[in-house]
Amino acid sequence: MNALSRRRFLGISAATLAAAGLAPALTGRRTAQASPPPAPDAGKLETIPTFCDVCFWKCGAIATVRDGQLWKIEGNPADPLCRGRLCPRGTGGVGAHFDEDRLQRPLLRANVRGEDTWNVVSWDEALGYTAEKMKAIAQKYGPESMALISHGLGGTFLKHLMKAYGTPNLAAPSFAQCRGPRDVGFRLTFGDDPGSPERTDIANARCLVLIGSHLGENMHNTQVQEFAEAIENDCHVIVVDPRFSTAASKAKHYLPIRPGTDLALLLAWINVLITEKLYDAEYLAQHAVGFEQLAAYVAPFTPEWAYPETGISAAVIRETARVMGRAKPATLVHPGRHAVWYGDDAQRSRAVAILNALLGSWGRKGGFYVPAQMDLPGYPYPPYPHGERGKVDNPDKKYPFAHDTISTGIRSAALTGKPYPIKGLMTYATNLIYALPNEAETIEAFKQLDLLAVVEVAPSETAGWADVVLPESTYLERYDELNVELFRDPFIALRQPVVASPQEQKPNWWIARELGLRLGLEKFFPWPDIETYLQTRLEKGGYSLEALKKSGIIVGPKPPIYFEEGAPAEFNTPSGKIELWSSALQKYSDEHGNPAGFEPAPRYTPPEPNPPGSYRLLCGRAPTHTFSRTQSNPLLSDVMPENALWLNAGEARRLGLNTGDRVCLRNQDDVLSEPITVRATERIRPDCVFMVHGFGHQAKGLRRALRKGASDSRLQTRYKTDPLMGGTALNMNFVRIEPVSSI
Amino acid sequence: MARLGMVIDTAKCVGCSDCVVACKAENGVPAGFFRDWLTESLRGRFPTPHLELRSERCNHCDDPPCVTCCPTGASHVHPWGGVILVDHDACVGCKACIASCPYNARFLHPEGYADKCTFCIHRVEKGQDPACVSVCPTRCMYFGDLDDPESEVSKLLASRRSHVLLPEAGTGPRVIYLTA
Ligand code: SF4
Repeated sequence: MNALSRRRFLGISAATLAAAGLAPALTGRRTAQASPPPAPDAGKLETIPTFCDVCFWKCGAIATVRDGQLWKIEGNPADPLCRGRLCPRGTGGVGAHFDEDRLQRPLLRANVRGEDTWNVVSWDEALGYTAEKMKAIAQKYGPESMALISHGLGGTFLKHLMKAYGTPNLAAPSFAQCRGPRDVGFRLTFGDDPGSPERTDIANARCLVLIGSHLGENMHNTQVQEFAEAIENDCHVIVVDPRFSTAASKAKHYLPIRPGTDLALLLAWINVLITEKLYDAEYLAQHAVGFEQLAAYVAPFTPEWAYPETGISAAVIRETARVMGRAKPATLVHPGRHAVWYGDDAQRSRAVAILNALLGSWGRKGGFYVPAQMDLPGYPYPPYPHGERGKVDNPDKKYPFAHDTISTGIRSAALTGKPYPIKGLMTYATNLIYALPNEAETIEAFKQLDLLAVVEVAPSETAGWADVVLPESTYLERYDELNVELFRDPFIALRQPVVASPQEQKPNWWIARELGLRLGLEKFFPWPDIETYLQTRLEKGGYSLEALKKSGIIVGPKPPIYFEEGAPAEFNTPSGKIELWSSALQKYSDEHGNPAGFEPAPRYTPPEPNPPGSYRLLCGRAPTHTFSRTQSNPLLSDVMPENALWLNAGEARRLGLNTGDRVCLRNQDDVLSEPITVRATERIRPDCVFMVHGFGHQAKGLRRALRKGASDSRLQTRYKTDPLMGGTALNMNFVRIEPVSSI
Repeated sequence: MARLGMVIDTAKCVGCSDCVVACKAENGVPAGFFRDWLTESLRGRFPTPHLELRSERCNHCDDPPCVTCCPTGASHVHPWGGVILVDHDACVGCKACIASCPYNARFLHPEGYADKCTFCIHRVEKGQDPACVSVCPTRCMYFGDLDDPESEVSKLLASRRSHVLLPEAGTGPRVIYLTA
């Protein structure tokens, strides 16, 4: 029955009922005797400001407690990051508090590693065990053989603990598995990186170029809000992506690029900007060096050259370059964030930086503003001990341009014992089985350890491999380090508990301090509790904790943020200028016999072709989930319980597959995925498939998320390492589609 | 007498589902049930498809079949802005309204009554926007009096192209979508 006939049918039924005297009089259509549903805001309400931790963006939020129970969380209007509106993950953050599967009590491994069987123990026992193991590692191998891999601001106190204990080996997957290559490419060019939150002035851009960056699916709040503003302001959006992303649907130009050829497109764009003199000559004369060398280098990379590589016609390449040129300097070629794609990612990011430099967008309105930070001194700790051995992750500076610790380098040291062994590992708020490529290597590394301690909220796969699990309070139940943000409006924000932890979970600062006391590091933990710590820090800046508890946020004066407003045009490169031709790469090439990949201007290498019958596996984000961390959240999993396999509709027809069919994927290394649901769609090229990261959980404690969808990480057995900085490129994997096996 | 309605700018909507999550949290909608949801409507072929993402919900129709067919008067037009509501106590859970709604906006709450979007009447009465509107990170949702030519919603409708869902159902839907 279609909608219309169904309505007619029921219309008659109602009339019949009325005739029988069963329906109330409907004349006037206002039935004043009926009552509205009960109001959900009845009860005693209390609001508490804090900031979000569902991702690292750290939006200011206001939580509402109703009759003593957590009800909801909304954006803090005073917060410059979220401007009163959280993203769906932030709004759903309350679900984490109620998740009945969250870790509740400290656990000690009951049997072999990875079996995921546990003895529930007291905090005293769990902390005592951890401290004893750490002492033994320090004694036998030296404290440097202990490492911490953490994610987000919550890792601050554990990092402090590790430095006090004597190890320099502190890493986060956000460098080598995410934005490291981008930051290196930009540092080589501008002497600084786009930062986090990115210093992108999207709201004021008149042309916005997104290369693989899927804003709107990737839900970094400020970015998405400004993206919507840009659309409203009729910004010319150009999207380059093998998948017709949400952002692509808003674009004036959508370039369905062949995967792995972005650098060819970037070089052709640079070629057109230079050949047609579309660059900002005055800006370059004032701020940049290396133009002549760059111009000579890119001369052969015409749009005609790029067309067979990228599949983007020469005409479209020229047309889009002209749009960028016309809108300069308010043309923002977005630096992206998750940049680990094909192994030449630092150089691809450098090409993005060069393009921005030519357009004069760095330091300019509608491009990249100059961020500011409020001046708040750190806590006055005594100096940390200095061990003899340097960091373990990058021996002999194999990756010469890595400016941060390479998490996979720590994994290698655990695996090989070189340059010295890693024997203890603590993880905080990162599920390494998902965050690092090649799960088998990660598990093999775990097996070499004398201690794997996991501090987590949810019983993740990594927690399943731990010797000791230390259950953390969610962000809604704890104080944390202050957020002293580097942003266009500088501010200080406080995270404070909204409700109590439901079981025995403890905040990271408490765990760090208790371990510190057990390790004899009292002098590094002079504060008895976190409020004393926060108060001490705030007082040094002339602020008060009591006031911050009420407002959640203190916004500082806004300094000039564009060069034209007087923001300093400083470039921390060897020449002190924007380097279109990198002197650092030139020097390295000269000294090392011109190794491939280190060219002073980016060199394009064509991607390897798909093996027959295979699709390149691409991954990305969904707006309702963060990494592999939120699939157990009852609110968020209700909205998106599993991921799907995006497959080109024509390919699906050819394979006889329909949306909703269940399939498995087998990668080039014979790894088979969990079953996943097909989404046959006109929104993706025929040579690749796409899935959202973070699904297909196998940790048995994650009951809600267990075997829902498939894990891209499990299929990412192959990765290519960026020679400049050690990033691990993930888009190197190919999959075949198979029926779900009967076993 | 106000005629409350919602205007949603699909040019700005990124389909993030914040509206869905906010509604669930605000109204305590039980797991597995939704008062609002996202629809992806796609036309054309790769690489030039056309995509419209829409946040959908009860249309609070001018001519609501769910009210006409309700045998107990539980499903009613609220005097405040013409919002369509269900009196939980008066509802006997007969599901006639669920079947009558061309938009599939209603469901039977596990506690036995027909449930759906209320336009967050409890907020609107206090001068706030519905939860979905107030949370939207793209600010693509607008709420107000469709009968007031000075309201933001009326001005948007006067200046932009728009459409409603299933106009052929003839129910006078009051959730209206702006297009690019
Ligand atoms: S972007 Fe979303 S998840 Fe991240 S901090 Fe902001 S509200 Fe929370």
